[in-house]
Amino acid sequence: MPEAQERIERHTLSVLVDNEPGVLARVIGLFSGRGYNIDSLTVSEVSAESHLSRITIVTTGTPMVIEQIRNQLDRLVPVHRVQDLTVEGHYLERELAMVKVRGTGEARSEALRLAEAFRARVIDATRESFVFEITGKSDKIDQFAHLMEPLGLVEVARTGVVAISRGPTAL
Amino acid sequence: MTTATASAATATPTGTKMTGAEMVIKAFADQGVAHIFGYPGGAVLPIYDALFLQDQIEHILVRHEQAAVHAAEGYARSSGKVGVVLVTSGPGATNAVTGLADALMDSIPIVCISGQVATHLIGNDAFQECDTVGITRPCTKHNYLVRDVNDLARVLHEAFYVAQNGRPGPVVVDIPKDVQFATGTYVGRENIQHKTYRPKLEAEDAQINAAVEMIASAKKPIFYTGGGVINSGPEASRLLRAFARETGVPVTSTLMGLGAFPASDPQWLGMLGMHGTYEANLAMHDCDVMVCIGARFDDRITGRLDAFAPHSKKIHIDIDPSSINKNVKVDLPIVGDVARVLGAMSRAWAAKGLSTDKAALTAWWAQIDRWRSRQCLAYRASDTIIKPQYAIERLYNAVKDKDVYITTEVGQHQMWAAQFCHFEEPNRWLTSGGLGTMGYGLPAAIGAQKAHPGALVVDIAGEASIQMNMQEMSTAMQFDLPVKVFILNNKYMGMVRQWQELLHGGRYSHSYSEALPDFVKLADAFGGVGIRCDKPADLDAAIQEMISVKRPVIFDCIVDQQENCFPMIPSGRAHNEMILGDMAVDLDEAITDEGKMLV
Ligand SMILES: Cc1cc2nc3c(=O)[nH]c(=O)nc-3n(C[C@H](O)[C@H](O)[C@H](O)COP(=O)(O)OP(=O)(O)OC[C@H]3O[C@@H](n4cnc5c(N)ncnc54)[C@H](O)[C@@H]3O)c2cc1C
Ligand SMILES: Cc1ncc(C[n+]2csc(CCOP(=O)(O)OP(=O)(O)O)c2C)c(N)n1
Ligand SMILES: [Mg+2]
Repeated sequence: MPEAQERIERHTLSVLVDNEPGVLARVIGLFSGRGYNIDSLTVSEVSAESHLSRITIVTTGTPMVIEQIRNQLDRLVPVHRVQDLTVEGHYLERELAMVKVRGTGEARSEALRLAEAFRARVIDATRESFVFEITGKSDKIDQFAHLMEPLGLVEVARTGVVAISRGPTAL
Repeated sequence: MTTATASAATATPTGTKMTGAEMVIKAFADQGVAHIFGYPGGAVLPIYDALFLQDQIEHILVRHEQAAVHAAEGYARSSGKVGVVLVTSGPGATNAVTGLADALMDSIPIVCISGQVATHLIGNDAFQECDTVGITRPCTKHNYLVRDVNDLARVLHEAFYVAQNGRPGPVVVDIPKDVQFATGTYVGRENIQHKTYRPKLEAEDAQINAAVEMIASAKKPIFYTGGGVINSGPEASRLLRAFARETGVPVTSTLMGLGAFPASDPQWLGMLGMHGTYEANLAMHDCDVMVCIGARFDDRITGRLDAFAPHSKKIHIDIDPSSINKNVKVDLPIVGDVARVLGAMSRAWAAKGLSTDKAALTAWWAQIDRWRSRQCLAYRASDTIIKPQYAIERLYNAVKDKDVYITTEVGQHQMWAAQFCHFEEPNRWLTSGGLGTMGYGLPAAIGAQKAHPGALVVDIAGEASIQMNMQEMSTAMQFDLPVKVFILNNKYMGMVRQWQELLHGGRYSHSYSEALPDFVKLADAFGGVGIRCDKPADLDAAIQEMISVKRPVIFDCIVDQQENCFPMIPSGRAHNEMILGDMAVDLDEAITDEGKMLV
């Protein structure tokens, strides 16, 4: 195999599906059954009247595997459209996380300062804890959570990545 | 593409009220279904009741649900129609799973209706409940659980549409018992438009033009054809023949595509792949332009991927984009239906006044003829013991001028059947290729016989495989389906024994067929006819007897136990690591350097 085909890439895919029972199981079963990676997967209904859901999947693989993933998704019967945002270029990627930190004294104030720097909001507070809400690219959230570790990080809940292309056109 | 034949005149008008069970029967009738294969049980009793009250659709009662699906596969593959199956919940559905997986792998259009426990019981471990849509999701093209009787007719028509359009495959419709009893509104098939599923059939002009230019510039072209040509319908076979004649390009096929191109044609190279011919595999290895037509670069074909046809530019015509660039990166992918694409290519070829390089093709054919002269299928004849190859040759000779359909089980006998039966027409050869399901052949023969009552249908079997769905002899008897089971009885799971001999130091672990039944008595017990033959001299007469009997026959053909199936490319090896039988002719200088490494 030429080297180019062996290169592992990270791709973000948007998948528009009929919101019918089992559709998520189909997508996940496809990934587990064929041994593809799922780094992140999010799903939610985006149009109630037309019963459409949008799935955002972040995956890694060689270019040949990524092409397979797109084609395999596309041939699932309830799938309307698959878009490889990474291939198509300009797109936005965001993730939301809630980060719980427990501490008092200097650690607590340091946590608050850092939260401000990261534009994280406090959405719950007790005398010994905060829950921060932070939105951004996944690596920003990784970094924030990492910085909170020595300051009393208790737990993190993350939504997974949602993504959309820039400009006026739709999926 | 195959389309079910329903006459609009008999279609039930949209808006009629009826029960779910009646809808199933109506939808079948509207889809032009004449035969279904099934087995009753508690969760499908309302549908069986509706069946009882009509006479448009004939139900063939099998003896095991796996066989119902294989029979429907045989019916579908031999007729171009959708095969229809009806099974109950729980064990009925799980028994059908092997058949569904088989149909998925081999792209066979099947609609399988399964009963389910009543909707309010789902999820409660009710009697004979299983998660049928969950279990069958990875082994169907699509599946449905219908919770509302008013969705049922639409789902049924969609199921037929999905099963036969695009790359064909099995579709399961799971119907809870209360939905079968409930009354709702029927919609006819003409009112159904699938929301999302629109396979791409036509290729772009630019691709067609690029493809014909590539073929015209080739010096060593080859057409590598597959099951997709059969899936596409008889027109695809006709166009393949015409285009091959027009271009003079050699043609090989996978196991699944046999018959699409006539074996008697001088441009035919025989089957390729693991047990394919020397000439087909070497031509694939050495070609400079490969046109893959409805085949999927299966590992039985490519062998070691990095050594597969290293000097070739590849064009791949396939209706399923996920088949393209899956195993082998191709230079020119063409997504579309074989018949449409070949039609467009033929027209472009003529319009541009193209022709292949005559001198180059002459040299290419000379090379191929040298490979052919090795006679890779030659075997050591015997007048004391029946060689399995000889048995197939004699069988083929006796049936070839008849209206014949051949099915197989899985093993050496299957490969010998592929090598020594020569097919002139598509849809005459029914075998389990992708899943390789032992037990496929007898039920598939039953399905083919049902679709072609006047034809001769022969299941070429092994003594081990046949025991997997032996019980279907009883189905053949009940429905007067005079199928012939021709067992190459080598008292071994021969294909397993062969691998153990070649790759596991001759340690024959559990591959001897111990405690075999007496197949002649067994045939008798079923009410059929048993014939045994163990002498080459008696073979022709015995085969004639088998053919002349108008009842199901089990023919126990006692063959050489040690024979191996050659040529063989051991799995994971390159084409030039092919093993040939000891009767193949040695060629010294006549072959290329690459060819020399072969023996
Ligand atoms: C014991 C054993 C040994 C075997 N040895 C061999 C061997 O030596 N040689 C061999 O060839 N096989 C062999 N097989 C079979 C092998 O496993 C595969 O089943 C077979 O090679 C696949 O055939 P195919 O590529 O034609 O694909 P199929 O499985 O027939 O798939 C058809 C392809 O065509 C496409 N298609 C479908 N409809 C259309 C349409 N209308 N238009 C365009 N494209 C369409 C599909 O998307 C798919 O990609 C063996 C099997 C067994 C059990
Ligand atoms: C259901 C199933 N189980 C196991 C296998 C593995 N297998 C492939 S060929 C074979 C032996 C078949 O023996 P037989 O039917 O006697 O055919 P022969 O090879 O002897 O011609 C086996 C066990 C299979 N293909 N299918
Ligand atoms: Mg055997």
